[in-house]
Amino acid sequence: MPDVSSAVRDMHRMEALARSNTGVHRLHPVTKLLTVLMFLIAALSFERHAFGRLLPLFLFPVLTAALADLPWKPFLKRLLFVEPFVIGIGILNPLFDQVPVPFAGFEAARGWFTFLSLFLKTTLTVLAALQLIACTGMERLLAGLHAMGLPRVLVLQVSLTYRYLTVLAEEAGRLLTAYSLRAPGQKGIRFSAWGSLAGMLLLRSFDRAQRIHHAMQLRGYDGHVPLPPGTMPGMADAVWFFGWSCWFALVRFVDLPLWLGRLMTGG
Amino acid sequence: MHMADALISPAVGGIMWAVSAGFTGYSVRKLTKDPDEGIVPLMGVMGAFVFAAQMINFTIPGTGSSGHIGGGMLLSALLGPVGGFLTLASVLLIQALFFGDGGLLAYGCNLANMGIFTSFVIYPLVWRRIMKKGVTAKRIWWGSVLSVVAALQLGAFSVVLETFASGRTELPFSAFVVLMQPIHLAIGVVEGLVTAAVLTFVWQARPELIEPNRAHLQAGVSLRKVLVVMGIAVVLTGGALSLFASSFPDGLEWSMFGVMGEEEITAAGTVHSTFSDIQEKTAVLPDYTFKVPDGATELTETAALAGTSVSGLVGGAMTLVLAGLIGFAVTRFRKRETHA
Amino acid sequence: MSHHRLEAIHLKYAYPDGHEALHDVSFEATHGECVGIIGANGAGKSTLLMLLMGLLHPGAGTVRIGEVELTRKTLPDIRKRVGMVFQNPDDQLFMPTVGEDAAFGPRNAGLSESEVQEKVTAALSRVGILHLRDRAPFKLSGGEKHAAAIASVLAMDPDILVLDEPTAGLDPRARRRVMGLLESFSHTRLITGHDLDMILALCPRVVILREGRVAADGPSSTLLADSELMEACGLEVPLSLQPCAKCGYVGHRKCQVDMPQTGGSPCESR
Ligand SMILES: Nc1ncnc2c1ncn2[C@@H]1O[C@H](COP(=O)(O)OP(=O)(O)OP(=O)(O)O)[C@@H](O)[C@H]1O
Ligand SMILES: [Mg+2]
Repeated sequence: MPDVSSAVRDMHRMEALARSNTGVHRLHPVTKLLTVLMFLIAALSFERHAFGRLLPLFLFPVLTAALADLPWKPFLKRLLFVEPFVIGIGILNPLFDQVPVPFAGFEAARGWFTFLSLFLKTTLTVLAALQLIACTGMERLLAGLHAMGLPRVLVLQVSLTYRYLTVLAEEAGRLLTAYSLRAPGQKGIRFSAWGSLAGMLLLRSFDRAQRIHHAMQLRGYDGHVPLPPGTMPGMADAVWFFGWSCWFALVRFVDLPLWLGRLMTGG
Repeated sequence: MHMADALISPAVGGIMWAVSAGFTGYSVRKLTKDPDEGIVPLMGVMGAFVFAAQMINFTIPGTGSSGHIGGGMLLSALLGPVGGFLTLASVLLIQALFFGDGGLLAYGCNLANMGIFTSFVIYPLVWRRIMKKGVTAKRIWWGSVLSVVAALQLGAFSVVLETFASGRTELPFSAFVVLMQPIHLAIGVVEGLVTAAVLTFVWQARPELIEPNRAHLQAGVSLRKVLVVMGIAVVLTGGALSLFASSFPDGLEWSMFGVMGEEEITAAGTVHSTFSDIQEKTAVLPDYTFKVPDGATELTETAALAGTSVSGLVGGAMTLVLAGLIGFAVTRFRKRETHA
Repeated sequence: MSHHRLEAIHLKYAYPDGHEALHDVSFEATHGECVGIIGANGAGKSTLLMLLMGLLHPGAGTVRIGEVELTRKTLPDIRKRVGMVFQNPDDQLFMPTVGEDAAFGPRNAGLSESEVQEKVTAALSRVGILHLRDRAPFKLSGGEKHAAAIASVLAMDPDILVLDEPTAGLDPRARRRVMGLLESFSHTRLITGHDLDMILALCPRVVILREGRVAADGPSSTLLADSELMEACGLEVPLSLQPCAKCGYVGHRKCQVDMPQTGGSPCESR
């Protein structure tokens, strides 16, 4: 997590993207969620050297972005933050698997393919998750999860966490600013202030939770969570889900790039 | 310690989803049976707190580096294991969705690695034992450090197991363990100290928040029960999945031949690649065999590497370009639509 | 309509840590009346409101809404009739969107979805923020948040409104808007605040608290202008009631003595 404000800003940008009204946005949240799950299963079921065969899966994020008017920049930026962990683990693969493999006239250690495969899978899966929220929004996604059986308590709890994240992040930001103004040149929080700085934030959070609980009680909350009734998926949902599922299955079971390549090179 | 989607296989992801869903269901039942309705808003805000607190850099004395608050143990100490676990679940969900930290299919893994071990193993085994004789500042320090270190060790080991069982990297088991455990020992000590500092501060200001005041939530959950539930879940899902995996290939082969005809498949390439094609096609649930392939299998596997031949490369590049073109065309088309 | 009446009778309250926040507070607000509750920091205003709403239980004394005494049994009923707007709208807007937040109360009351939506639309239009229905609360300005918080209470159709510092932290224009809104309501209203000009403009009557007791209860124009009383209660006479330092005139905000272009007559009341 970088700094407070940029993380919150990123989140708000996602929320803003989720407010536009394209056909993809209008799809039922459950449809989109299930489609993404199918996508993930297809992508992750490829074995560890799979590399070229993952490429046709990119049609999904590309087409989703095009249909839902999603920009690329914020997603690629997020990807940059996440990729290092997988790259860190993946980069060791060429060391451990040095079996040479012919590659376009050269020879490369097979570990490189494992590495490339990890890299592609990370790109695909992270894009899919981020795009899901960017064309659905937290609130609608939660409604969808609720329809799929997520208990009400959890729905309320997640939505509260989501709601107060911004408020508390701003509070944390103010605390940090106040600290750094009086401790110029320090990069982090020094040991003697560890407890009090985060502890203050925590105590305030407790008080806030109490006030929120009061506000909820005053409007009739008694432990039972009222939620809006769900809507039903329609024809477009069926098309989206089954269309993509077919594509994922095709990509999974048929080596499309190889066929296409043979077609082009006549090889 | 967020597990990424790319590192796991659907089978491992599925098993861990099932295990985590079991614990979540159990926790929700326990929570809703309870009349303490104030806990839900408190959990909501505490989830947001963990988020905000993770953005604070704590400078580690004597070094130039800094650490973060972990969250899992802190939440369990304040909200009880059940409340702590569910709160962490919501934090992880938001991280996965908005920040790509830990994948959606890996969500079950992450919930297990960071939540289940902390709340249902370490909390009763370490934290509650230490606090049983009454809370003191010293016990908070020891309890926090020991609990967080132990929880992170378990979690890190679980990451290794999940990665290994998924077979998505070439890292040998031992190398991965040697890589993960010491790093997480260091992280654990720092997170433990931060947790201790925060808990001591809260305890001094508002002791009632730490002492087991929400006794009904903190009690219960015996370790044996947890292990039994976890074991049953793993055996059941694992069994079901391997049954599925062993019966699926035939069905799949049959359907592939049925659709395309035997000749076409054989004609599609050399004997080698056909063989390996089939082998790969059948590996819907990938080879989570732990053996390192050798000899003959190695050859076929090598030959099977999709995209290494010239035509494979050309084809791969073509698919990317095609996908891009389709996206571009759709974007243009949609722009014109909205302008018109 | 007697159920718009609110009565506090000899209320006493001590916080769990032993701090006696209210000693003996009695007052009454009748139908359609707008009463200001003022006092220095820590005088017990917020505590009083929490007692009135049944969020805290008095050590002694009773609260009566209409003819009904507030007890654990009557609590749900009374909360339907009395709505409270919190000092910090962030504490009150806990749902993901403004519309959902306004729907929280009506849904809890068990209304059908179409009735819920009707109430939400009516409440949002009433405060003029219907266009913010699908917006997330964290993206709103301070004034919009206050309006949304008021709407979420209005959606429950209360007879009595209780507002804790409704104009705190607002810029002049947003403050004006909220004041205009509150002025336009016909509910019985209780308003606390340190913005005494706002209290003076909205509430014909004030109750002044000092250290957990009622120090005075009467017409705001006289009480707020009584500098001795105000001083004793840790307050100040609002600017609009202070005599002009230059010309001694009471009832305008700014003396223009130093402005040459105003010509002969020094102060012009606005
Ligand atoms: N939770 C609490 N525990 C103990 N004492 C409290 C608590 N909340 C308030 N008090 C004390 O009760 C007294 C009355 O507080 P209250 O919040 O009602 O004042 P107020 O008039 O609303 O002040 P302000 O104008 O600052 O909002 C104060 O002395 C305060 O310190
Ligand atoms: Mg107050």
